[in-house]
Amino acid sequence: MTTAAITVEGLRKRYGDVQAVDGVSLTVERGEFYGILGPNGAGKTTTLEITEGLRRPDEGTVRLLGESPFPRNPELLRRMGVQLQASAFFERLTAREQIRTFASLYGVPAERADAMLETVGLTEKAGTRENKLSGGQAQRLSIACALVHDPELVFLDEPTTGLDPQARRNLWDLLRAINDEGRTVVLTTHYMDEAETLCDRVAVMDHGRVLRVGAPSELVGELGAASLEDVFLQLTGREYRQ
Amino acid sequence: MSAEAFTSLSKAMALGLLRDRTAAFFMLVFPLMFLVLFGALFKNDATARAEIVQVGRVEVFDSLPRDAREGLEEVLEIRRSDDRDEALEEVRAGDVDAVVWQEGDEVRLRYSAADRVRAGNARALVDSVVQQANIAATGQPPAYGLTTRQVEDESLKAIQFLTPGLLGWAVAMGAVFGSAFTLVNWRKKRILRRLWLAPVSAGTVIAARVGVSVALALVQTAVFLGVASVPYYGLELSGDWWLAVPLVVCGTLAFMSIGLVVGAWAKTEEAANGAAQVVILPMAFLSGAFFPLDMAPAWIQTVSGVFPLTYLNEAMQDVLSRGQSWGAALPVMGGLLLFAAVLTAVAARLFRWDDA
Repeated sequence: MTTAAITVEGLRKRYGDVQAVDGVSLTVERGEFYGILGPNGAGKTTTLEITEGLRRPDEGTVRLLGESPFPRNPELLRRMGVQLQASAFFERLTAREQIRTFASLYGVPAERADAMLETVGLTEKAGTRENKLSGGQAQRLSIACALVHDPELVFLDEPTTGLDPQARRNLWDLLRAINDEGRTVVLTTHYMDEAETLCDRVAVMDHGRVLRVGAPSELVGELGAASLEDVFLQLTGREYRQ
Repeated sequence: MSAEAFTSLSKAMALGLLRDRTAAFFMLVFPLMFLVLFGALFKNDATARAEIVQVGRVEVFDSLPRDAREGLEEVLEIRRSDDRDEALEEVRAGDVDAVVWQEGDEVRLRYSAADRVRAGNARALVDSVVQQANIAATGQPPAYGLTTRQVEDESLKAIQFLTPGLLGWAVAMGAVFGSAFTLVNWRKKRILRRLWLAPVSAGTVIAARVGVSVALALVQTAVFLGVASVPYYGLELSGDWWLAVPLVVCGTLAFMSIGLVVGAWAKTEEAANGAAQVVILPMAFLSGAFFPLDMAPAWIQTVSGVFPLTYLNEAMQDVLSRGQSWGAALPVMGGLLLFAAVLTAVAARLFRWDDA
């Protein structure tokens, strides 16, 4: 029997007075496209950071592909790809130089890096510096950098924020293709249409807890809502956040 | 540690640095400009001739034998004039250092106190000429002779002091700013976290950053020594000058550790810049990089004693210009490495992966 891609149990994390994560448990199956939804300050990012191994929880356990991410586990890091919310690029390097640098960290040859650039449609922008790329191009580059070593498990933190509709649709195609290749994808997003289109299952979070987990269509049916957006608003309320 | 990751990270850092024109200018070209400029300014320091105007006939000068007169003219420029009032006016205006004329048996000299050093020079020179003429007039050989000589090698010109001092300053700037900016920028842009999530050891990342700084410092050393050695500046390297290489490497590590503390503490590049300046400026001025501190008050010398640049400068002068060897270099290398170890430990305590 194969283990789940991600098993998270009873995660808690407190920052000073704020209980950022308050008993989160999740299971993501292999090959699944999983969305974590929630308003600002719901604890999505902290949950993701703990799962990736960037932060240690106060309580709870994390298993990625059957292994613990703590302490830092280089063998596990080779099998996962992470795209960080802000585009984490080396200053003043071109797109090709960025992806080749990341590739070399995983022992991946330059040809494979160039091929990845082609996959995300950036071959023409290969010689462009990081600060001259458009928002969509930068997002595609950072996803390419996260995928260059062919990971089994991919984390994407708000990959389409700030993109125009064309760029978003293009990126969706790319993300679907990544998932179709058999990779497990975990994504956080504010866009319900995005989650509805892409995700096999979503977890709706608020106040550091998971409120509901299920396939988007199931949640819509269960709560008698018109769309996932209505589900989201029913679960998390309408007042402003942060 | 993976050689491939080390190479590509070093390349990424070096390109990022060299493509930042402003940073590259301030770290590489700016200190070199000081060398080019100061080197030219102080070039003729040792042979600054006093200039006097001779009015009418002055026996002691006019009767000097030809070779003695040529010797005198190396240090004293004598111009002739017939108008004493005009010559006096020139002294007052500071155009010449003194006027000399003869009245009966008396040689009269008038000088201005505006530049005491040059006036004193002119006075002493004329005085010695008069004394020698007096001795000659007695027909007796002189009772005492005096021979003088500079203690340093005769080639010891200003450039011999300027080169090690300014090179030390350049290395310090490059290493402090380089490591502080990298740390702050990589934290801000989340590259640190991205690297944490890649299967690359912290040792590889640090080694790459240190490697880039050390390579940069060695290039600076080569350029500084190269420029200072052109005949125009005329730097002459003494025996074990190559000891400057391990000294520069140890110095780079010490200054990088200062940069690491600054970078670990500062949240923004602006704060890092300010904090680095606060360290670098006093260190540069109080370390003897620009001017010697022998005349400075005791408390300044005490303050100067806490800066690693002070020791680096002294040791660099010792091996580059004063012909000293391991004895001068080894203790300083040890001290610089110890300093680096202590500050790196402090930086490790202050270190944060991200701003949150």
